[in-house]
Amino acid sequence: MRRLRLPAVLLAILAAAAGVWPLAAQNQNQQPEIELVIGGDGNSPPHYAVPDFLAASPEAAEIASTISQVLWDDLAFEREFDLIPRDIYKTIPAAQSPEQVPFAQWREIGADGVFFGTVQKSGDKVVVQVRLFNVRTRQQVFSKEYNGTAANPRLYAHTISDEVHLQQRALKGVARTKLSFVSDRNKERLLGPIENRDVKEIYVSDYDGANQRRITTTRQLNLNPSWSPDGRALAYSSYRNITPQIFISLIYQGVLENPTKSPTVSNMMPVFSPDGSKIAFVTNRDGNTEIYVMNRDGSGVRRLTNHPAYEATPTWSPNGQQIAFTSDRTGKAQVYIMNAADGSNVRRLTVGESEADRATWSPAPFNEIAYSGRSSANGFDIKILELATGTVRQITFGEGSNESPAYSPNGKHLAFTSTRAGGRQVFTIGRDGRGLKQVTRSGNNQTPAWSQ
Amino acid sequence: MSSRGLGIALTILCVVVAPACNRRKPNTIPQPAPPPVEAPPSTTTTPPPAPPRGPERVEDRQPVAGLTEEGIDSRSLDELNRNSPLKPAFFPLNESDLDDAGRSVVTGNVEILKKNAWVVTIEGHCDERGTAEYNLALGERRAAAVKNYMVSLGIAPDRLRTVSYGKEFPFDQGHSEDSWSKNRRAHFVITSK
Repeated sequence: MRRLRLPAVLLAILAAAAGVWPLAAQNQNQQPEIELVIGGDGNSPPHYAVPDFLAASPEAAEIASTISQVLWDDLAFEREFDLIPRDIYKTIPAAQSPEQVPFAQWREIGADGVFFGTVQKSGDKVVVQVRLFNVRTRQQVFSKEYNGTAANPRLYAHTISDEVHLQQRALKGVARTKLSFVSDRNKERLLGPIENRDVKEIYVSDYDGANQRRITTTRQLNLNPSWSPDGRALAYSSYRNITPQIFISLIYQGVLENPTKSPTVSNMMPVFSPDGSKIAFVTNRDGNTEIYVMNRDGSGVRRLTNHPAYEATPTWSPNGQQIAFTSDRTGKAQVYIMNAADGSNVRRLTVGESEADRATWSPAPFNEIAYSGRSSANGFDIKILELATGTVRQITFGEGSNESPAYSPNGKHLAFTSTRAGGRQVFTIGRDGRGLKQVTRSGNNQTPAWSQ
Repeated sequence: MSSRGLGIALTILCVVVAPACNRRKPNTIPQPAPPPVEAPPSTTTTPPPAPPRGPERVEDRQPVAGLTEEGIDSRSLDELNRNSPLKPAFFPLNESDLDDAGRSVVTGNVEILKKNAWVVTIEGHCDERGTAEYNLALGERRAAAVKNYMVSLGIAPDRLRTVSYGKEFPFDQGHSEDSWSKNRRAHFVITSK
């Protein structure tokens, strides 16, 4: 599916974007399709090597080293390529120019693709050039130059990784995506005279846990962040006025919006619709916890569920037509589905669980729903229900309690909360249950949301 | 790890300090009010143990409610809540209905509220064994059950607000039934006098 031979036209566009247009144009005369995609041996994914980028001056050395290490990590994360460990090729002499790449030596250690990159730094200005070579054909398949500042060298690597995944695998990589989560790491006392409570604030980090930053400074409880589809806003519930209210932080502008204006009832668990125009949320304004939808500015409030039981944790289908949610109308929490327009056509999705909560709908091309299923008296595991077949697979197995799954925008990964490392921490894992990574380590961290 | 240790230590401190405070307070009304160093909570999480005050008689005899009405009135809301005459009510696992013990605690709180025109927030809390999300619902039900019971005993509904904190603010940081049973609770906060 993702490993397609791209049609010539698309390839030409990609090639132009990648700055290798002359090569593509030349080859196009000879063959109908151009092999810009580096293959592996047989069915195994291609092996990539990321040697240190060349620093044009000593002051560029640190940036060059960061970029090459982070690029290796980014490329390894998607598991589309087999990344050869960097210490294996420490002995291969660094090429001083693209013409000097020692292809024979790279071939010897089994590399199918090898990068060559340079970093120049003058003052705060940084120029990064990067090329990817097919080791077998010795052809350059990707070439790009980036200009920017020295503020965040990791971003160059993330950008390269995303563009290489797009060109080589037609995959939307996650290297430039972000996570948001709730953390009590500040150990600040909650305002007010109440017991011994640490505040919980909303944080944001890169997908790999780097650059963790605090977003809210309310000295209160803040819960369940959710990204707007454009990645520029976070909706969450905040207890700054005793009962939880929904707030939207436009994180790059420093603007705060408060779409729910019913301070005496609770409004929580906001989730943006896929087109960003609406927010599904949970409120007890009519006496019982139910799911509602409103426009992003708080207008047009509409009730979707109407049942004496508990209805909460809504999640939108990728086309915005349906909403999955939790209800305990049978006595225990289970996941249900309904039409997003009017709450009609309710049916139960989880049938083999004693308890299931916090459904999260995958993005296309996958059509599945991840949730927390009770696996013991004290804990939960992350499970995934394939909607077409109804089959369920489990991706965590009783190491701590595992809750609150959230999909990456390409659907290949999930972030979740786990107690496996002591306290509550945020982890990421592949949708196949492989590639577990711990994202947070400071304080307790919970309920991650993954940006586009 | 260390934070949990700290939590446990503080809990122990609370347990040790609280009864002593309760015992002492009623009979020491003429004492100068503690200096208002209550600048919004700093890093200290419990009021530090009082410095030695020289010979002080600790009396065993005390009123059941623990506080005279004058004693209550002369104190700030913060101080009032710190040694609240309103006791928490505890719930069985997964239950949002009050059992006999819970009803009796709430009845006691209702008696106090009948003598004091306070507005109170009822917080619903849960132990850590449900999901974070579902516990927000369970806590809401607990708070609502307590409110309904108090209204049935004659407290005006507009004096009672409810809020659920799910499992976000455990009273006891431990991971055993002993801790869990302390965390499944309705906690009362006096929000105005």
